[in-house]
Amino acid sequence: MYKIAVMGEPDSIYGFATLGLDTFPFDSPEEAARQLRQMAEGDYAVIYITEGLAEGLKAEIDRYREQILPAIILLPGVSGNTGEGISRVKKSVEQAVGSDILFGGQNNE
Amino acid sequence: MAAKNITPTRMELTRLKRKLATTRRGHKLLKDKRDELMRQFMDLVRENMELRKKVEAGIKAANKNFVLAKSTMSEESVNVAFMTPKQEVSLSTDTKNIMSVDIPVFQYQTRTNDANDIYSYGLAFTSSDLDDAVKSLADLLPDMLHLAEVEKACQLMAAEIEKTRRRVNALEHVMIPETEASIKYISSKLDENERSTQIRLMKVKDMLLEEAHHYSERNGA
Repeated sequence: MYKIAVMGEPDSIYGFATLGLDTFPFDSPEEAARQLRQMAEGDYAVIYITEGLAEGLKAEIDRYREQILPAIILLPGVSGNTGEGISRVKKSVEQAVGSDILFGGQNNE
Repeated sequence: MAAKNITPTRMELTRLKRKLATTRRGHKLLKDKRDELMRQFMDLVRENMELRKKVEAGIKAANKNFVLAKSTMSEESVNVAFMTPKQEVSLSTDTKNIMSVDIPVFQYQTRTNDANDIYSYGLAFTSSDLDDAVKSLADLLPDMLHLAEVEKACQLMAAEIEKTRRRVNALEHVMIPETEASIKYISSKLDENERSTQIRLMKVKDMLLEEAHHYSERNGA
C-alpha cells in the first residue's frame, strides 16, 4: 500500500491534511531535499510539491523523473501560480518532439 | 565511411549483407514504434494540460477559501481543527504497458467510505468558509490523482520517445550508410581480385601457348 505526500510552505498545504494525505511543511529546500529522498525511497507513490518549494529542489525532482515511482507533481501554492508546473509539461513535449509544437498550436486556437 | 579494418572476403560480405537486412528491419520497426509513441504521447499530453489547468484552478479556489476561513478564525483554532485528520488515503499502484513503456496506474482507497467524512473538527468553533475550503479540496482529489498518473506517464513516455528517436537516427544516419559503404568496398575489392585473376590466367595461357607454338618467331619470320 502506498501513501501520498504533500510538501510545501505550511500555509499552502495544511488543507490537504484533512483529506488524509501526509503533509510535510517546509520552508527551506535543504531539509525538504532530505525528506524528499527519504519519501521517494519509502512507500510514497505520489508526492505533491508546491511550486515555491520546488524551485529549490529542481535537481532532486529531476532525479525521479524517469522512474516509475514516485510521481512528483507540482502544485501552485497559496502565493500564486508561477507557471512552473505548466513549464514542466512543456519540457516533456520538448524532450519528446524536439520543439514546442503543442503550445505553439494552442496559441492559434 | 567505409571502415578500413574490414577484411574483403566473401564471408565478411555475406555477414555484412545479413547485418544490413537486420538493420533495415530494425530501423523500420523502431520508426513505427516512435510514430505510435508520439501519437499516444500527444493525446496524453493534451489530457495532461487540461487536467493541470483544472487542478490549478481548483487549488487556487480552495486556497482562496482557506484564506477567507483563516481571516475569520484564530490561528490556533485552525490548527486545532486540522490536528487529527479523520480520513486516510492509501494508494495501490499497478503498471500499464503502453508501447513498452511502463506507466503507473493509481487506485485510491479512503479509510471510510463516506465521501463526506472529511471534516476533522466539530462545527461549533469553525467558520463555514473552512467547510467550503475542505470540501473544494476533497472534490479535487480524484483529479489530482489522475493528474499525477497522466503527468508521470507523459514524463516516462517523453524519455522513451527521446531514446527511440536517437536509436532511429543512429540507425538511419550512421549504421545503415556505414554498412552500405562497407559492402560496396568489399564487393569492389572482390571484383578487382577476380579481374586480376582472370588477367593472370589469360597471361599464363598466352605464355604457355607461346612456349608450345612459338607464335612470335613465326610471325617475325
